[in-house]
Parts: sequence; structure tokens; C-alpha cells
Amino acid sequence: MEWLQQLVNGISIGSIYALIALGYTMVYGIIKLINFAHGDVFMIGAFIGFWAISRWDIGFLPALLLAMVICAVLGVIIERVAYKRLRNSTRIAALITAIGVSLLIENLMIFFRGAQSAVYPATIENKAINVFGAQISSLSLLILGVSIFLMLLLQFIVHKTKIGKAMRAVSHDAEAAKLMGINVDNTISATFAIGSALAGAAGVIFGLYYTRIDPLMGIVPGIKAFIAAVLGGIGSIPGAMVGGMLLGVVETFVSAMGFSSWRDAAAFLILIIILIFKPSGLFGKNTREKV
Amino acid sequence: MLQVNNINVFYGNIQALHDVSIDVQEGEIVTLIGANGAGKSTLLKTLSGLLKPKTGDIVYLGNKISGKPAQSIVKAGMSHVPEGRRVFANLTVEENLELGAYLRNDKAGIAKDMAHVYELFPRLLERKKQLSGTLSGGEQQMLAMGRALMAKPKILLMDEPSMGLAPLMVKAIFDIIRMVNAEGTTVLLVEQNAHMALSVASRAYVLETGRIVLSGSAKELQESDEVRAAYLGGL
Ligand SMILES: Nc1ncnc2c1ncn2[C@@H]1O[C@H](COP(=O)(O)OP(=O)(O)OP(=O)(O)O)[C@@H](O)[C@H]1O
Ligand SMILES: [Mg+2]
Repeated sequence: MEWLQQLVNGISIGSIYALIALGYTMVYGIIKLINFAHGDVFMIGAFIGFWAISRWDIGFLPALLLAMVICAVLGVIIERVAYKRLRNSTRIAALITAIGVSLLIENLMIFFRGAQSAVYPATIENKAINVFGAQISSLSLLILGVSIFLMLLLQFIVHKTKIGKAMRAVSHDAEAAKLMGINVDNTISATFAIGSALAGAAGVIFGLYYTRIDPLMGIVPGIKAFIAAVLGGIGSIPGAMVGGMLLGVVETFVSAMGFSSWRDAAAFLILIIILIFKPSGLFGKNTREKV
Repeated sequence: MLQVNNINVFYGNIQALHDVSIDVQEGEIVTLIGANGAGKSTLLKTLSGLLKPKTGDIVYLGNKISGKPAQSIVKAGMSHVPEGRRVFANLTVEENLELGAYLRNDKAGIAKDMAHVYELFPRLLERKKQLSGTLSGGEQQMLAMGRALMAKPKILLMDEPSMGLAPLMVKAIFDIIRMVNAEGTTVLLVEQNAHMALSVASRAYVLETGRIVLSGSAKELQESDEVRAAYLGGL
């Protein structure tokens, strides 16, 4: 039954990647920008959660909510200050700006609190639950539960609400969306807000699971989430979900087979294979676009 | 109802409209004809706020609207059916129609207008859960029109609704234009199909390389030698 245990671990780690990947894919879908600062929003979320739980002692769910709200605001500020004015310039200019924003956030964080890591408080008791003979950690299940709830919420927002329909319309044809009376700027900001809130939530549950956080912690999960988004088909919301989960499962099995030092390499190998054989990803439309 | 006074519109350094003036009275169907690249779409985009005129102004229902954002123009009752339909292919037919009513909050009114659109275009009703990208060209044109009608416009701007459609479908679309007009919606119709356009319109303007070169009643233009030679395929 060990494989079941690994599968659950893989899916719950993967769901963290998926939450981050959603922000990449939604932003790419609407303004065709790979927001390289997204991993740093995830890091900020982890720290907000850390402070909320250890210093302000507000408990897990309120901390999660607070991190999501603050990250949403941060995402909108980043978009308005750094990206909005570049909407009509070349993609490479926007991409370089995104890298600049990423470095800025990382270094501001180091400047204000130092580069040392912090240890997440164990607010959630982690015990092993016996499921069909497999020992499954309750923390994994919690992570999985929170992620799935957030993804269902996102599906609801995107498909059933007015703002969700506006987001899909703008990502397909911004000019036609304007003719419907849709405020394109606000819709883009809403997309950043939602994507960043999900990254913030991912940061908090990442902290709970791995217990160690630091100002550069966003880089590797950020890149992996980006790979997950490409794997699923960048721009596709279900793609990001499935891509993230798949990546988590592959990594976990690579580790479980005794190749844990190859774990990160496996992710990049997947990226290379996808880019060679199916650049549009699992759920992507079949158009090749250069980033 | 709509007055355009001497507008000049540029794309960067290139001037697309030169001192264009037109007016549209309430209840009319006015058509604007012209060859490829004459500036017809540019004029409609300027009316609906996608482009800003450099000089000149646009007055709609007594208010100056030139320079205002597109959403306030939609809100004021002007809807634009763009060239090439531009339906949201990744959304269903029904969702496209809902987006047409994006600025409205009167649920009952929206439901009533949706039912009316389905009455005008029964084909859309049959396909309401279908992704609009899978519709045929004619059906997409119907959807683009229905979507614009969902905003409850006082004036409808239509850019080449007949483009790429078979004659039977063109006729159906023009019948709907007449019907919508008879229900009280003013129409400004841009067409290359001058024959069809002049047959539904009461007045017409001819645009050539960004300038209005002729205007008059549709009947006059149908009989004018210049128009016949250039736009109605000879005498
Ligand atoms: N985005 C743009 N950038 C630069 N020039 C443009 C742009 N759009 C249109 N133009 C130019 O403005 C002129 C008028 O174009 P417009 O699209 O208004 O013509 P049109 O009358 O609608 O033609 P068609 O019948 O082919 O649709 C053309 O010379 C065109 O090349
Ligand atoms: Mg045109």
C-alpha cells in the first residue's frame, strides 16, 4: 500500500504546484505575459501566513485568508505599477520587467527581514490516518482538501460569475470585450488578484508542509509551477490543475524509487519533452507561440 | 441623434479619416459604403470609443461622446457589431448573449430580451449551449447581432454583416436588420455590398480613402452614375 501513500503525497504536493500554476496560466491567458514575479507572490503569501500564525496567533484558516487577501492586493499593485503601461510594448520588454519585479520583491524581503529561513509553527497536528492499510498524513489530506476547494471555487468564478465571463471574453478578444462595455483594465486586475490569492494560499500550505520558508523559496516552486502550466497547456485552467498534480506525482515517485536527487531534474525533463513533442501542452490549443 | 463633425482620425502618423462629417436621425437606416481600406471600420471604431479622433467631435443624443471610453458609449445605448463578427469563440452562445448585456442589471429585462433574440434567431436557441467558435459564419453573424441587441441599443452600428455569407444568408441578415429597425432601433450600416445596403437604407454616404465623397438618399445614390460604376458593378 506504499504506492497509495506516495500517490496521495504526490497529489497533495502537486496541488500546491497547481495552485501556483493557475496564476501563471490565467495571467498568460489574458495578457500573454509569463509573470515571473508570481513565485515571489507565493513567497510573500508564505510569510504573511507565518507571521499571522506565529506572531498574531490567528489560526490556520484566518491566516490563509489574510495571506490570500494581501497577495491579491500585491498582485494588483504589481500589475498596475509595472505591467499595465507595457501592454502595448514588445513581449520581451514585459518579460524582462517581470524578472525585474521578481528580483525586487526577493531583495526587498531580504533587506527588511534578512535572508535566513524561518520555521513554520506546527498549528495543524499531523497524524497518520489509516486508509486501506496505507498510512496517509492528515496534513496531506488537509492540503489536498484546501486546494481542491479553491480550485472548485475558481471554476465557479470563471464559469458562473459575471467577472469570470468577462475574464474569458477579454482573454479571447479584448477589443470585442470593450464593445460589450467590459472594463478591460479592471478585468485584467481581477485576474491578477485571483491568481495572486491562489499563490498566497499555496504559500501558506507550502509552509505548513515543508515547514521552512525563506525569501528565495518562491524560485523553485515558481519554476515548477510554470512547468506544470506548460505541461497542462499554458492558458488552460484545467490544464494547470492537471499539470500541477501530474508533476507532483512524478516527482514523488521519482523520489520514492530512490532517485530523490533527480527530483528536480525530472521536472525539467518533462518540460523538455513537452516542448519537443507537444508544445501546446495537454489541454492547450494547437497554436505555437513563442515566449 | 448622432452627429459626427469634421473628425480626423490617425493610426500613428497615418491619417485614416479626413474631416469626416455624417449625421444619423432617429429611426433611420443609414449606410456607409466604400471600397477596402476606405476607412469605414475606422469610423465605426471611433464612434464606439475604440479609437479617439484627433480633432472634431461626435455628438450623440446631445452629449459629446468623442474621447469617452467604450463602456460609457455602450451604456449610452450605442452597440457595435464588429467586422468579422468577433464572437467569443471560447464561450457558449448563451454566454456570448449574456455578455452583450454586461452593463445591465435588470434581470427580468435581460431574460425578456434574450427570449426576443432567440425569437429573431431560432438557430441560436437550438445551439445555446454550444461553443460559439463551432458555429457557421452565418450563425456567428446572427450571434454577433444578437449579442449587440442584448445591450438594448438605441443605435446599432453594423460593420459588413454580409461579409463572407451566402446570398440566402445575406438576405436573412438584411431581413433582420429591417425588423430590428422597425422595432425602433436606428441603424448605421457599413457595407461593401452596396446593392443590398442601398436597398434597405434611407440615406447613404460614400467613403473614399478617408473622405466622404458623396451623400444623399439611398435612391439618389442607387441612380447616380458614379455609384453605379464604382459600387454596383457597372450600369
Ligand atoms: N490598426 C491599424 N494600424 C494602422 N493602420 C490601420 C489600422 N487599421 C486600419 N488601418 C488603415 O486605415 C485605413 C482604413 O482602414 P479601415 O479598416 O477603416 O478600412 P475599411 O473601409 O473598413 O476597409 P474594409 O472594407 O477592408 O474593411 C486603411 O488604409 C488601413 O490600412
Ligand atoms: Mg472594415
